[in-house]
Amino acid sequence: MKRQNIDKTVRSGFLLVALFSIVALSLIIIFLFLEGIPILEHVSLKEFLFGQYWYPTDDPADFGILPLILGSIYVTVISGMIAIPLGVMTAIYLAQIAPATVSQIVKPIVELLASMPSVVIGFFGMVVVAPFIQQLFNIPVGLNMFNASLMLAFMAVPTICSISEDAVFSVPTALKEASLALGATHFETLVRVIVPASLSGICTAIILGLSRAVGETMVVLMAAGGAAMIPTSIFDPVRPLPASIAAEMAEAPFRSEHYHALFAIGIVLFVFTFLFNLLADHISYKFRQVGEASL
Amino acid sequence: MDSPVKMHTKDLNFFYGDFQAIHNVSIDFTQNQVTALIGPSGCGKSTYLRCLNRMNDLIPGIRVTGKAVLDDQDIYDPSLDVVTLRRRVGMVFQKPNPFPKTIFENVAYGLKVNGVKDKAVITRVVEKSLKQAAIWDEVKDRLNESALGLSGGQQQRLCIARALAVDPEVLLMDEPASALDPIATQKIEELIDQLSSKLTIIIVTHNMQQAARVSDRTAFFYMGKLIEVNDTDTLFTKPELKQTEDYITGRFG
Amino acid sequence: MIKKRLRAQKICFFLLKVAVAINGAALAIIVYFIVSRGWRAISWEFLSKPPTDSMTMGGILPCIVGTVSLCMTTILFALPIGVASAIYLNEYAGQTKLVRFIRLGINNLAGVPSIVFGLFGLAFFVIVLDMGVSILAGGLTLGIMTLPVIIGASEEALKSVPKPYREASLAMGATQWQTIRKVVLPVAFPGIITGSILGLSRAAGETAPIMYTGAVFFTPDLPSSIFDEVMALPYHIYVLATAGTNIEATRHLQYGTALVLISLIFGMNLFAIIMRAKMRKKLKG
Repeated sequence: MKRQNIDKTVRSGFLLVALFSIVALSLIIIFLFLEGIPILEHVSLKEFLFGQYWYPTDDPADFGILPLILGSIYVTVISGMIAIPLGVMTAIYLAQIAPATVSQIVKPIVELLASMPSVVIGFFGMVVVAPFIQQLFNIPVGLNMFNASLMLAFMAVPTICSISEDAVFSVPTALKEASLALGATHFETLVRVIVPASLSGICTAIILGLSRAVGETMVVLMAAGGAAMIPTSIFDPVRPLPASIAAEMAEAPFRSEHYHALFAIGIVLFVFTFLFNLLADHISYKFRQVGEASL
Repeated sequence: MDSPVKMHTKDLNFFYGDFQAIHNVSIDFTQNQVTALIGPSGCGKSTYLRCLNRMNDLIPGIRVTGKAVLDDQDIYDPSLDVVTLRRRVGMVFQKPNPFPKTIFENVAYGLKVNGVKDKAVITRVVEKSLKQAAIWDEVKDRLNESALGLSGGQQQRLCIARALAVDPEVLLMDEPASALDPIATQKIEELIDQLSSKLTIIIVTHNMQQAARVSDRTAFFYMGKLIEVNDTDTLFTKPELKQTEDYITGRFG
Repeated sequence: MIKKRLRAQKICFFLLKVAVAINGAALAIIVYFIVSRGWRAISWEFLSKPPTDSMTMGGILPCIVGTVSLCMTTILFALPIGVASAIYLNEYAGQTKLVRFIRLGINNLAGVPSIVFGLFGLAFFVIVLDMGVSILAGGLTLGIMTLPVIIGASEEALKSVPKPYREASLAMGATQWQTIRKVVLPVAFPGIITGSILGLSRAAGETAPIMYTGAVFFTPDLPSSIFDEVMALPYHIYVLATAGTNIEATRHLQYGTALVLISLIFGMNLFAIIMRAKMRKKLKG
C-alpha cells in the first residue's frame, strides 16, 4: 500500500476512535433509559417526580423522589453559597494579584484539593466534622444537610477556581492597562473591568462546579444523614439522589421495581447535569472572547 | 536565457475566506536560477511562496484559483499527490526549525519518511547533504548530539541540509536569513549561490540588498499583486514602474 | 478621596487572601487528621497482609492490589483511545460540525456523575456483556469516566508542539501520519503521560463507579485474572466506616486505609506536577 493511502486509512481510523466518546455517551443514555423507563409501568411520571414518599421496599412500595430531588437541590445550593465566593475569590487572587511565588504554592494546593478522593472527604465529614458541629450547634446528629453541603463545597471549589482562573487570567493586559492609565486603582480595575470581562468564564466555572456537586456521591452518601424526607431545617438529615442510588443498589433485586426506580433516579440525575453542561457549553461558546473590545 | 521554465504560475489567486490575498500572479521560474520575491510586509510574497508547495493547505477555509505548474503538471490538480509534490519542492523556513532529535536524525528524517531503509545509503546521503549545506566540517564529530545545541546559523544550514537530503528539484526559502547575524547570513547567501547550479531556488526576502546579491531574477509584490518581474540587475537599476522604483529606493514600504 | 479608595482596595484584597487561606486550611486540616490518626495503623503487616477477624484486624493488601489492577485496566483502555481521539481532534479535524459534536459529547461525558457511570457499568459491562463484577468491568467503567481527562490532557500536549516542526516535516514530503508519529508524538509524549497520571489518580480514588462493577465488600484471595472481583482502597474505607462489624473499633484501620489512599494519589499528583514543571523549564530552553 502506498504511504499516502495508509495516511487516509489512518485518518479514518482516528476518526472512528474519536467517535468513541459519542458512542459511550449514547450507550450510557440508552442503558439508563432501558433500565429506568420500566418504573413508569408502576407509577406515573408525576407520582415519581413529585411523590413525597420514598419507601421502595414497603409493600406496596412508594416511589416518590421529591424528597431526594429537594435534598440534592438544597445541598447543591448551600454548597454553592460557600464554594462560589471561595472559588471565584481565590481565582481572582491567583490570576491578578498574587505574586508568582505565592501562586506557585497556592496552585498545587488547589490541585491537591481537587485530587482528594470523595470517599476521604466523606469520611472526614463523618468522623471529624459531624461530632464537631453536633457539639457546636447542640443538635442530635452531626450527619446532616449542613455537613454534606460544607464537604461538597470543598469538592466544588477546585473546579470553580481553576476554570475561573483561566477566564480571569486571559483578560487582555491592554484592557487592564487602559483602566489603570485612567487613574483607577488596581481594585477598581478588577471590579469594573476584569471581572466583567471574564464573567462568562466565571459563570461556566460556577455551573460546572455546581454540576460536580449535584453528581457527587460518596460525600452525600456518608455525611448527609440519609433520611429520605423533605428537610425543614439546615440541620435535618437528607438523602440526595446519588446517595439513594449508591446506598440501595446493593439490596435492589435485579430488574425489580426498585432496581428500575434507581435507574430512573439515574436519569433524573443525568438530566440535571446534562442541562448544566449544555448551559455551560452554550455560555462559553456564545460569549467567547473575540477581540479586545468584546466584553 | 534559454534555459527551460521549471515552474510557473498563471493568474494565481489566493483567498482566506472572503479576503483575497493574492491577485492574478503570473511568474515563470527558470531552471537553475534564483528568483527573489520582494515587497513590503503583508504584500503576499510569503503566501505566494507557500502556494508553490501547497503548504497553505494546512489553513482551513482557503481557496486557490488559476494555475501553478511544476514541469507540465498542475500542482492543484485534484489527482496530484501533495506528499510527492512536497518532496519535489522543498522548503526552508524563516526561523530555523530543527526537530528535537540528533543532527543525523534530522537530515535522515526525510529519507526515512520517503521509504529509504538502507543504512549505508542514508549515511552517505546525510554526509553529502551536510557537505552541500556547508555545515559538514562543523558537525561531523557530533552527528549524534541534539540539533538544538547548534547556533542559529548552524541550525538554519542544518535545515537546508535536511531539505536537500530528499533531493528536491525546487527549493523554496522563506526569509531564511532573517533570524541570523550578518556572518551567518553571508554563509547562507554563499550557499544559495552554490546550490543554484543544481536547483531552482525561489527566495522570499525583505532585504533588497540580499535580493540583489543572490538572485538572477526579482519579482516585486505589493498589496497581493505582482507589480513587476525582471532580471535582478534590470529591476534594481532601471525599473519600469514608478511604484517599483519608489520601493527599491526606499521611498515607501 | 483617594485614601478611601485605597482603603477599600486593602479590605477587599484582604478578603481575597482570606478565601485563599480557607482553602489551604481545609486541605491542611483534612490531611492533618488523616495523617495524625492514620500513621499509627501503618506497618509492614498492614500493607502486606489481608484483613482478618471479620475485617477488624489485619491489613489491606487485597485492597492495594485491587486498586492497582483496576487502575492498570483503566489506563490500558483509556490511554490509547484518549490519545487517538486527541490526535484526530487536534491534528486531523478542522472546525466542522462533526468536530463540534464530538467535543460536545466529550464535555458531557466529563460531566456525567460518577454514580451514573456505576449504573451504566452495572447494566452494560456486568450484565449485558456478562463480565460479572470484575476487574475488567470496573476498569472499563473507570476508563470511560477518565477518557475526557486524558483527551483534554493529550490535546493540550499536542497543542504545545511548535507548528514549525509539523511544517518542516510536511515540507519534506512526509505524510501527516508520519509527521504525527515521528515528530509530534515524541515531543508531546511527556505531556500526555503527565496528564494521564493526573486522570488516573482521580480514577484511583473513585468509589461510586466501582461499587457495583468491580469492587466487593470482602474477598480473601488476591485476584488471579481480570475476571475476578477485588477489594479496593476507596470502597474499603466506605465499607469499614459505614457497614463494618465494629465501626468504632476499626477507626484506626479506616484512617490507615485513607492515609494509604491519599498517599498513593498525592504521590501520583506530585510526580505529575514535578514532571510538568521540569518540562516547562525544558521547553523554555
